[in-house]
Amino acid sequence: MKKLMSGNEAIARGAYEAGVTIAAAYPGTPSTEILEHMVDYKDVIYSEWAPNEKVAAEVAIGGSIAGSRSLAAMKHVGVNVAADPIFTYAYLGVNGGFVLVSADDPSMHSSQNEQDNRYYAKFAKMAMIEPSDSQEAKDFLVEAYNISEQFDIPVLFRVTTRICHSKSIVELGERQEVGHKPYIKNINKYVATPANAKRLHVVVEERLKALEKFANTSALNKVEYNDTKIGILTASVSYQYAKEVFGDKASYLKLGFTYPLPMDLIREFASKVDTLYVIEELEPFMEEQIKAAGIKCIGKELIPNIYELNPDIVAKAMLNETTEVKSVDVEIAARPPVLCPGCPHRGFFYAISKKKNTVVAGDIGCYTLGAMPPLEGIDTCICMGAGISAAMGMAKSFEVSGRDTKVFGVVGDSTFFHSGITGAIDIVYNKGKMVPVVLDNRITGMTGHQENPGTGKTLMGEDAVEIDIVEVLKSIGYKKVAVVDPCDLKAMNAVIDESMVSTEPYAIVTKRPCILIKGLEPSKVKCQVKTDKCKKCKMCLKVGCPAVFFKDGASYIDKSMCVGCEVCMQVCKFDAIEKVGE
Amino acid sequence: MKETKNILLVGVGGQGIILVSKILTAGLVKAGYDVKMSEVHGMAQRGGSVSTQVRYGEKVYSPIIGRGQADILVSFEKMEAARWVEYLKPDGKVVVNNYEIPSLPIAIGKAEYPQGVIEALDKVFKTTAIDAGKAAIEVGNIRTQNIVLLGALVKALGLNEVDWVEIIKENLPQKMVDINVKAFQKGMEL
Ligand SMILES: Cc1ncc(C[n+]2csc(CCOP(=O)(O)OP(=O)(O)O)c2C)c(N)n1
Repeated sequence: MKKLMSGNEAIARGAYEAGVTIAAAYPGTPSTEILEHMVDYKDVIYSEWAPNEKVAAEVAIGGSIAGSRSLAAMKHVGVNVAADPIFTYAYLGVNGGFVLVSADDPSMHSSQNEQDNRYYAKFAKMAMIEPSDSQEAKDFLVEAYNISEQFDIPVLFRVTTRICHSKSIVELGERQEVGHKPYIKNINKYVATPANAKRLHVVVEERLKALEKFANTSALNKVEYNDTKIGILTASVSYQYAKEVFGDKASYLKLGFTYPLPMDLIREFASKVDTLYVIEELEPFMEEQIKAAGIKCIGKELIPNIYELNPDIVAKAMLNETTEVKSVDVEIAARPPVLCPGCPHRGFFYAISKKKNTVVAGDIGCYTLGAMPPLEGIDTCICMGAGISAAMGMAKSFEVSGRDTKVFGVVGDSTFFHSGITGAIDIVYNKGKMVPVVLDNRITGMTGHQENPGTGKTLMGEDAVEIDIVEVLKSIGYKKVAVVDPCDLKAMNAVIDESMVSTEPYAIVTKRPCILIKGLEPSKVKCQVKTDKCKKCKMCLKVGCPAVFFKDGASYIDKSMCVGCEVCMQVCKFDAIEKVGE
Repeated sequence: MKETKNILLVGVGGQGIILVSKILTAGLVKAGYDVKMSEVHGMAQRGGSVSTQVRYGEKVYSPIIGRGQADILVSFEKMEAARWVEYLKPDGKVVVNNYEIPSLPIAIGKAEYPQGVIEALDKVFKTTAIDAGKAAIEVGNIRTQNIVLLGALVKALGLNEVDWVEIIKENLPQKMVDINVKAFQKGMEL
């Protein structure tokens, strides 16, 4: 059967066909839909949203040790979080096959950096496989499990946004019933003591040598000879771009198995073509190794190492060809992503942005958008969890330097469970004079609404214990945990004011569900401007709601967007905004 | 058809572009084309600029195109057409929804909504401006704007070899089918 599938859907299908039984992940664009589609196979695959990537990797590692084919999936920065267990598991080797899917985001469509995770394969000494479309995403994943078990090694399955979120036609296959490998206690293999690790490091190096030999003959690496003037070595989606530009006017060495590199195969290909070009997105990962092996090639001299490629960029870089582009003569305004109309985060950011002498360390989630004008309600955003712990460092720095600025550290509910808890512990333990704030919108919003430990549902749709953030904070030692509806500005303000003068550990939890949660009744109440009362002061525009704008000399609220959160109504000093439709 | 055709759908998050591209690609696959489609899931759930690329032909390699390569640009929002127009081939077509969604900088008075977008587009490209919102209201549901635009796109590309009504039936919940078929037909007439 043929089906149009995204790369992520195809990876889930590949896991099914490979006989995977354990899959764990933490959401993150562009990887999220892998596990969302894993649920399609819930009869045979156990899958879970773990609280963070390290837990996801460890759950999958445990599954693999116990004998199941296991998978962990995450976005590129998630691998940083999961790196600790991964590096050591590469030493131990597997029982049931183990694959770590890393979804990188060249061009940072929704990421905070552009790291090239292929280096993780080399760094952690894992095998690496890279598909170039959805069909390969499925087929290569099945092969990844065979390789993992044959060579006793974790496999890094590296994809990018254009693999994950592009759809192409896939021919489906049957599930292999591989069953479970027996689990046999083996302390020398699975207990990473220094003595075992010393011995295992030697084994790892031997494995990599054996894998390089294998790579030279692996069906994942393909040679395509056409005209031999131009020889192109490429992998992943870059192969598609190269094909688009050169068609059959060049020869190709297309790699699917990209670590260890098949150096003999590359040498042979290089000897048969006049000039070897390496077309790879981001870093010169392959090029550096090829040059170090003494093989002449041209790569980053032509191909940019910043942002994603496309056929246009490849054509320009390699052939100096430019496409004719026509533009039109209008000045367009930017359209930055914004907090949705009715977003519960808006109330908090509006309130905090009005407080003098405060600093707000932010985090990653929809609430990062609180940094956009006009709210400009956060000062920093580094990585998940840093909203609380970097705030701790700022507070300590202000303390030692004698500055009396009050520091707030902001995370969302999913981020709190991911890595905010440890920072919250640090504050109480090390007497931080700052206020952690958890913006609990009852869902993992930014990545498209995944359940988390606080929502009472699992990935597989079962009911679960709702882990209570307020109780967690209390048990850590926060003497006061204020719970507040962030869209009630008066209450929100009062809580912030109280927290600023508290001498005891004080935490704030805002509670109001994301308006986009499925199954929530859309509000019938809308806000409306009483045009005759509007004094045109534009105060309501300061809340930064996309439904509120200035039109024909007065404020105006778009009914189709408004969900009646009433934040704009509360900031209007002239009672010119009313509720309608009750 | 030897040459690969490139469609670029753009608009604002929440306008239903993903559904249109889903129906469109399902139809193209059924017609026997090789199809690739690429979408970028942006940062915000709503309100950001979104784009989807659909490529079809005998054999499609790249899932994405660069500037100057789209055969047709379908813009669900007026200003977005101007933002993405550089992706069009010099002889490419524009189908633009005459519908304004002010972005936040415009809403808060930091920027202005551009005037004369359609005229400017029309000077350079073969442009069809349609009022999908009005058509959708006439059909009975403003939320079918996206399917009106699908109809206009199918007409502009002459993709008549596909039974689109059938494809709509296969891809929408049953109670939504009738109204969307009407919206589609309305789009074909505009
Ligand atoms: C290490 C890491 N994993 C995953 C992500 C992707 N990511 C960005 S925001 C976010 C979810 C935030 O959810 P929550 O904290 O509940 O805030 P909300 O978006 O709902 O406001 C995730 C998973 C990331 N940026 N970094």
